[in-house]
Amino acid sequence: MDFLNAIALFCNFVLVPATAYGAQLALGALGITVIYSILRFANFAHGELMSWGAMLTLFLTWYLQSAGIHAGPLPTALLALPVGILGTIAMALATERIVYRFYRKQRASSITFAIVSVGVMFVMAGLIRFMIGPGEQVMTDGHRFLIRAVEFKHMTGLDEGFAIKTTQVITIAVAMVMTGFLFWFLYRTRSGKAMRAFSDNEDLALLSGINPDRIVAIAWILAAILATVSGTLYGLDKSYKPFVFMQLLLPIFAAAIVGGIGQPVGAILGGFVIAYSEVLLTYAYRKFLAYLVPGDWVPEGLLQLLSTDYKFAVSFIILVVVLLIRPTGIIRGKLL
Amino acid sequence: MKQKGRLYFAIFVVLVFGVGWLQSWNVAFGILNMCLISAIMALGVNIQWGYAGLFNAGIMGFIALGGLSAVLISAKPVSEAWSTGGLDILGSLIISGMTVLVILHVRKKIAPPLRIWIIIAVSLIGYWLFQGLYSPAVEQIEKINPALTGYLGGLGLPIIVSWLIGGLVAAGGAWLIGRISLGLRADYLAIATLGISEIIIAIIKYEEWLTRGVKNVTGLPRPVPYEVDLIETRWFASLAEIFSANPVAMASLLVKLCYFILFLGVLAILMWLSERALKSPWGRMMRAIRDNRDAASAMGKDVTGRHLQTFVLGCAVCGIAGAMLVTLDGQLVPGSYAPLRYTFLIWVMVILGGSGNNWGSVLGGCIIWFIWIQAEPLGYALVEAVTLPFEDSYWLKHHLIENAAQTRLILMGAILLVVMRFAPKGLIPER
Repeated sequence: MDFLNAIALFCNFVLVPATAYGAQLALGALGITVIYSILRFANFAHGELMSWGAMLTLFLTWYLQSAGIHAGPLPTALLALPVGILGTIAMALATERIVYRFYRKQRASSITFAIVSVGVMFVMAGLIRFMIGPGEQVMTDGHRFLIRAVEFKHMTGLDEGFAIKTTQVITIAVAMVMTGFLFWFLYRTRSGKAMRAFSDNEDLALLSGINPDRIVAIAWILAAILATVSGTLYGLDKSYKPFVFMQLLLPIFAAAIVGGIGQPVGAILGGFVIAYSEVLLTYAYRKFLAYLVPGDWVPEGLLQLLSTDYKFAVSFIILVVVLLIRPTGIIRGKLL
Repeated sequence: MKQKGRLYFAIFVVLVFGVGWLQSWNVAFGILNMCLISAIMALGVNIQWGYAGLFNAGIMGFIALGGLSAVLISAKPVSEAWSTGGLDILGSLIISGMTVLVILHVRKKIAPPLRIWIIIAVSLIGYWLFQGLYSPAVEQIEKINPALTGYLGGLGLPIIVSWLIGGLVAAGGAWLIGRISLGLRADYLAIATLGISEIIIAIIKYEEWLTRGVKNVTGLPRPVPYEVDLIETRWFASLAEIFSANPVAMASLLVKLCYFILFLGVLAILMWLSERALKSPWGRMMRAIRDNRDAASAMGKDVTGRHLQTFVLGCAVCGIAGAMLVTLDGQLVPGSYAPLRYTFLIWVMVILGGSGNNWGSVLGGCIIWFIWIQAEPLGYALVEAVTLPFEDSYWLKHHLIENAAQTRLILMGAILLVVMRFAPKGLIPER
């Protein structure tokens, strides 16, 4: 019984939240990876692109709610998501046309691209804060829990509750659908294959008649879709705050690099590695251990390796360790 | 080119005079002081980016390290906290340092299969020893009069000392970080430094025994006289009479003027040093490395070593500016450090001014800070003008005016994008 209690406790505070967070990071890292493998630069504006998508979705959610349209047990934001994606695609393509294309034609260095993306980040951050304000907004509605802690206790007779939030299930499900779609697109469709060819060897791809503008546009569309979905899922799971996305940029970059930048599988792997390490290292194990070992064995402290304040530091430490020991990331090889 | 630079500086001076004339001289000198600090920060970034082509996205962290040193040097020591937990904290820090050294030694000396297990064992033991000393000590220290102190305090030295120490602390941090991350490719370096700056801020924010964290350290001593003391002196009273000015406003202006002179002195020294460095053989070597690192390397130049050198120097300059910033504010507010304001805004300054040119960075620092401050009222005015046709009670109008200050972010981004596109060499190009 104590053993089951320990497992329930672990699932409730570590396994499920970390999996949902990992799925959000993975989607964000996939967006970074797609842009990196086609345009070869670290896109500092990706966090703001996520924020932009989540903001558009949030606006439409408010509109739908005021019109009395709801998605039943699911959050209304899911209904608004497709339109949010379209708006974000428009934004991404606009930045590509107005800003990045010029440098692409010049074949500017990756560092120039990165600095330009900082400019885009400023403009988007300003627009977002101007439109929605810097405050915190709640995105989710509908049924908050799939299983409530109390119901679980009642159902199983355990002392520990195990709650699953609706948003956590949605996050994991949507992330699976999205990655499935991405891989189908990259490996099964003509455009996807052209993209992989372009990423692999640009000159050869141009020689065989692949239109670079089209490939780049597709890359931005994919990045916009991934950014909107991950931003919205993060907003649903926690809450929507414009400045959070600036902080999320770091774990997302870390996930992309740890997995092996330019590798879609690596980005997913990296997202989960970062998320699990963040949660595992900042979780206080005292109560968990108390179920497993006799009472007088349990030490006095919280048994927490790192204070939760240092969550973001964890992703960074992993990043540094990986860069030092295995600079190519977990999965090496060619891009995309 | 020289002439164009002088013209830009003249325009800036006219702008500041305009503010002094139209708003008030107090506001003008307030902006001017921050312009000088921004100029020094921009100078630091220019040393890294302009001389060596290093993309450091962690400026904020080094500015915060400078600010931290200002507190540690100048705040009054809390003797009670020192006697209860000070030694334990020092002990725990020594233990963590020793652990790292032992791990590095093991990594070098012991062969692979056994190595990883020994490293894990050493880190666990080190961690256990560290926690044993650290956690109780922190709890003790934070319990002592938490409303006023609750931290170890500083050394109680004059705060101006911290400008030098701030530079040294930032340089030390930069050396450590540079050793780890300078071998990386350019964009990896940017991401790594971005992460490091967030960690530095996290430490300053959450280690309350060191900095009081989000409770902020206020009332740091000043290097210049206080307004209240000034007003009471004889000579000041007669001076105010001569100008027939309001003594309160005049005292505050005089204090700002004192800061201005101090800051200008620091900037002048740093400028003189950087110009000397840029024109010396060392500066030529740096430019050669920046423009073609393979060729420079083939000529026998130690590229990584020189990169580390410039990285440390640039960060030191940022640390000096950070200490000056905290001195001017008289307080350390860890929650106020945000990457947009303290990292990327500085980048806009350097890019606008002209990377590789010290005078350009100074100009960029001055102009961008001026715009950053003045864009706020301008943004309000603009939004109010645009929303004029709407009724006052209309929710959208209210909402837009409330967020009008955010338009300055858009303006900064637009400046960066326009300069990158149409004048990538900046206002005063490198010669």
